[in-house]
Amino acid sequence: MNENIVNFIYLIAGVLFILGIKGLTKPKTAVRGNMLSALGMLLAVVVTLLNMNTVDYTFIVAGVVVGSLVGSVMALRIQMTSMPQMVALLNGFGGGASLTIALAEYYTKLGATPATFAELLHPVVADSSAFGAGPEGTVALVAIGLTVLIGALTLTGSLVAFAKLQELMKKSYGLPGGPIGNALFLIAALVAVALVVVEPGNVAAMVTVVALALLLGLFLVMPIGGADMPVVIALLNSYSGIAAALAGFILGNTVLIIAGSLVGTSGLILTRIMCVAMNRSLANVLFGKMAAGGETIDADEVYAGKVTSAQPDEVAMLLETAQRVVIVPGYGMAMAQAQHAVRELADAMEAKGVEVEYGIHPVAGRMPGHMNVLLAEAEVPYDKLVEMDRINPTFEDTDVVIVIGANDVTNPMARDVEGSPIYGMPILNVDKAKTVVVIKRSLSPGFAGLPNPLFAMDHTLMVYGDGKKAVVEMTTALNQA
Amino acid sequence: MDILILLLALFVLSLFLGVELITKVPPTLHTPLMSGTNAVSGITLVGALLAAGNDGSPMVVNILGFIAVTLATINVVGGYLVTNRMLAMFKRK
Repeated sequence: MNENIVNFIYLIAGVLFILGIKGLTKPKTAVRGNMLSALGMLLAVVVTLLNMNTVDYTFIVAGVVVGSLVGSVMALRIQMTSMPQMVALLNGFGGGASLTIALAEYYTKLGATPATFAELLHPVVADSSAFGAGPEGTVALVAIGLTVLIGALTLTGSLVAFAKLQELMKKSYGLPGGPIGNALFLIAALVAVALVVVEPGNVAAMVTVVALALLLGLFLVMPIGGADMPVVIALLNSYSGIAAALAGFILGNTVLIIAGSLVGTSGLILTRIMCVAMNRSLANVLFGKMAAGGETIDADEVYAGKVTSAQPDEVAMLLETAQRVVIVPGYGMAMAQAQHAVRELADAMEAKGVEVEYGIHPVAGRMPGHMNVLLAEAEVPYDKLVEMDRINPTFEDTDVVIVIGANDVTNPMARDVEGSPIYGMPILNVDKAKTVVVIKRSLSPGFAGLPNPLFAMDHTLMVYGDGKKAVVEMTTALNQA
Repeated sequence: MDILILLLALFVLSLFLGVELITKVPPTLHTPLMSGTNAVSGITLVGALLAAGNDGSPMVVNILGFIAVTLATINVVGGYLVTNRMLAMFKRK
C-alpha cells in the first residue's frame, strides 16, 4: 500500500482521537466521543495490518486473542470502587508495550539474529548508521533508550501502585537515602542510555537500562501510599503516554506521536490538579513525607470532652426538618461500598422536600474523579455533584452536612492553623454549615495523621460505625418519620 | 532530517492541543478520561503488530512483539470497554 495513503489514514485516526477527547468535555457527548476514539483505533490497526509486507499472523493473532480476553474480562468484571486498580494496571501494560516494542526495534535494527533469549545478551558490532542516516540514527537511538527507560519504570511502578491499592502491599519500602538513592539510580540509567547511543552494539548497556529502570519504578512508588495515590496514578498515566510518543519517534509513526502526546499531557494536567488540591509540590508528594509540622498536636487535647456523638435516628430527625443538605463523600464511602445507600438516603430526603447536593473534593478517593464514578454508578445525576469551588460558598446556607468517609479534606486546620502540616490545602468548609454530621468508625486520624478539630466542634455530631449501616439506618428512620 | 523536524513539530503541536483539550474536561469525568486515555495509549498496538508479525525477524523479536501486542490489546479492549461502561452510567438520568 502507498505510504501516503497509510499516513493519511493515520491522520484520520489521530483526528478521531482528538474528537474522542473533545467529546469527554461534556457528559452528554462522552459516550459518542469514546466510540469515535475506538473507531480511530480500529482504522489505525487495520491499515497497519494491510500495509505489512511479509506477515506471519501466528503471534499477532495469539496476542490479540489473549489481550482481548484479558481486557474484556477486566473491563466487565471490575467493580467501580476498584477503578483505581484497573487504571494502574492499564498504565503498567501501556508502559510494558512501549518497552517491548522499543526492545524489538533495537534488536531488529542491530541486525542481531538471536536464536534464544540468552543470545540477546551477546554484543554485536554496529554503529548508529544501522538506525538511520547521520543524526536520524542518533535520534532513533536516544528515543529507543528513553522509551525503554520510561516504559520499564512505568511497568513496575504501576504494578506496585496496583499492589498498594489492592492492599496486597501494605508497608512502604524505599531505597536507603530516599530521593538521593533514586536520583543515583536515575543517573546510572541515563548513563547506560548514553552508552547505548554511543555504542549501539553494546547490548549489555541496553540490558542495564532495562534492569535499572525496572528497579527504579519499584523504588519510586513503594514509599508512596494512601491519599497520595491519585497523584502517582495520574503521573504514571502521563508516563505511559510519553513512552508511546517516544515509540512514535523510533518508528517514525505519526499517529503514535499524536496519541502519545495527548495521553502524556492528560496525565500531567491531572497530576497538577491533584497537587494543587493538596497544596503540595510534585516533588513533595514523590519524595517527601507529610511534614511533621512544628509541634505535634495532641489528639486528646483536641477532642477531650468536646466530642458529641449521635445515633442515626437522631440524625434522621435533623434531616427531616432541614431545607438544604450537602453530602461530602471520601474514600471511606468507597471502602464501605456505601454509594447506593447514600443515594437512597438522598432520595428519602428529596421525597420530604429537602434540597440535596454532593460536595466533591478533587482528591477525595484514590484517583481523580473516583467519587463521581461511584455516585454515577448509584445513579446520582451528575449535576448534583458539585466541585469544591462552587460548593464552598453554599455551606453557610446549608442546614446539615453529612461527611461520610472523608477526613483531611474537611480539616479546618488547613485553613486556620498556620504552621500545621496541611496549612494552605484547600478544603471543603463544611464547618460553616449549621450542623455537621460525621459518619466514621472512630476518631482515628486520616492520611495526614492529624486530629481534626471539626469533630470537636459544638455543632458537629459524630455517628460511629460502618458507613453503609449508619446511612441505611438513617434512611429507615427518615422514611418512618 | 526533514522527517525528524516534521515529527517534532507534530509532537509539540499535539502537546499544546492536549493542554487545550484536557483542561476543558470537567472533574466529574476525570476517571473516564484516565481510562479513555489508557485506551488511546494502546495505539502502541500499531508498533507492536509490526514487531510481532514481521516474517523476516528472528523469533525472539517476534516473541517480544507478541508480548507487546498482548499488552497493547489489553489496553485497547479493556480501556474502551471500561470507559464505555462508566460513561453509560453518567448518561442516564
